[in-house]
Amino acid sequence: MSTTTSAAPPRPPKETRSARRVRLTDRTRKERNLGWMLAGPAFIAMVAVTGYPILNAIWLSLFDFRLTDPSGRSFVFLGNYVTILTDGLFWKQFGVTVIITVVTVSVELVLGFALAMVMHRALYLRTALRVAILVPYGIITVVSSYAWAYAFSNTYGFVNGLFGLGDFDWFGGTWSALFTVCVAEIWKTTPFMSLLLLAGLAQIPDDYLEAAKVDGATAWQRVKRVILPNMKAAIMVALLFRTLDAFRIFDSVFIMTAGAQSTETLSFLAYRQTISRVMVGLGSAVSVILAILVVLIAVMFVKVFKTDLSQQRGVKK
Amino acid sequence: MKVSRRTQAFWIAGAILIIAYAIIPVIWIISLSFKEGDDITNNQFFPTTWSWENYKTVFASDLFTTALRNSVGMSLIATTISVILATLAAYAISRLEFPGKRLVLGVALAITVFPVIAIATPLFDLWRNIGLYDTWLGLIIPYLSYSLPLAVYVLAAFFREIPWEMEQAAQVDGATAWQAFRRVIVPLATPGVFTAAILTFFAVWNDFVFGITLTSSEAARPVPAALAFFQGASQFSQPTAPIAAAAVVVTIPVVVLVLLFQRKIVAGLTNGAVKG
Repeated sequence: MSTTTSAAPPRPPKETRSARRVRLTDRTRKERNLGWMLAGPAFIAMVAVTGYPILNAIWLSLFDFRLTDPSGRSFVFLGNYVTILTDGLFWKQFGVTVIITVVTVSVELVLGFALAMVMHRALYLRTALRVAILVPYGIITVVSSYAWAYAFSNTYGFVNGLFGLGDFDWFGGTWSALFTVCVAEIWKTTPFMSLLLLAGLAQIPDDYLEAAKVDGATAWQRVKRVILPNMKAAIMVALLFRTLDAFRIFDSVFIMTAGAQSTETLSFLAYRQTISRVMVGLGSAVSVILAILVVLIAVMFVKVFKTDLSQQRGVKK
Repeated sequence: MKVSRRTQAFWIAGAILIIAYAIIPVIWIISLSFKEGDDITNNQFFPTTWSWENYKTVFASDLFTTALRNSVGMSLIATTISVILATLAAYAISRLEFPGKRLVLGVALAITVFPVIAIATPLFDLWRNIGLYDTWLGLIIPYLSYSLPLAVYVLAAFFREIPWEMEQAAQVDGATAWQAFRRVIVPLATPGVFTAAILTFFAVWNDFVFGITLTSSEAARPVPAALAFFQGASQFSQPTAPIAAAAVVVTIPVVVLVLLFQRKIVAGLTNGAVKG
């Protein structure tokens, strides 16, 4: 706008045109201002609290810094990252995190799909189903972790009695402890997965299934050839959300095993380094690595998602 | 589609299985919370005698009652502020053109993706320096920034579906701008705002990571964190059954909200995710 005002004295017709343009930009400017006035507070609240800690974490991760010894703080550049990435323990915890993620998300996908199918098809008990399925979703993760930890416990639980396992100690070995964590995690989050899948399922026109049935397709063929290809988008969204979530697993590990029997995950490592051991530099580096891994997973999903969708579109056209 | 009686029986059986799947662990923690004495270690699903003892213990303990007060207070405050800010932002995003709109949405997405623990540990350091450590405000602030993205996405998805032309139609019919907004837009937008509030409340009520990293005493510790510290640190000799009782108490609000608003919660969850 400064260019229009500083321009050489304009002739009358041009004047009106530029005046109109000024009015127009005035209006859009007002809309812009209003937009930022409305969205600004939320934006600031989101950035202020997360922006600084993220930058701070990246900065601190370059130092050898122990909270109890502030004067001994020294700049080590990428030293912390080298320490972590060359440590076998980190890779073990990375492995545990990956195992939990892969196992829970794949079981949840299959189970969630079954749940969604039932919710989609059942004519009765619909409200009861919806209420029942929202209970695990809404329940506090710590509470569900306790419920499962006590259920599997050989002192308090009923699981051993139910399956005749005697005194078997579920939390005494890595694999059985991880199993209980996965069960708790799956129970709590499958409902969310199934609701996302249900939304995708509801978008498939009934005619498609009817036509397949008329053509003599079996139930399995209908699922494989009609239902699954038509809800790819919903499946990808559900998988993305849950994978990112599962990779950051913390609450249930903290409550159920406290990291014992080599069940520590990456989030737990970051917590333990910073809060319990007050190794702020090292802990921050673990946090940064975790964040980078999560972003990588998200990017990978979006890449696969995009090529997948464009391929789908290509086939259809 | 015509459904035979046999296939319908199959789906009903499936429905009953799912209901059992969802509520058995909940019934288990309830029944554990009513156990007393030797029953606690009897390795049975149900107690032989039902007792209110654990509830009495829990409500007599400052550890739990202050944590409950903290949780309720902080969750309500954070939910209210978050929903107000998110409503304004979502209105701007769904109705107005302004530069940086994508930036706001991008930042919101980035925050949902970023690991909470990676924020909590640097905040621990920062809060100790500026005196927000172990205070209500010190928890409400991160609750806000972590619940805002969800609320913004849910509300923006809702607002996009509102037929805004009705506002002009009402004005043509002689209503003032304020009346049009009050009588037409507010009733249409309320269900969305409500749904966002419930989902936000769930998210904040569920918080554990901030609860344990940013508090050190009863001053601000919320229930999930307090539950984890019941063990050992408490006066209970055997905290299992009291923990179960406390767990049941904090689950009640969730169940009530679910019972009242199940349809809206499902709509809010799937709208935001699929369209947002």
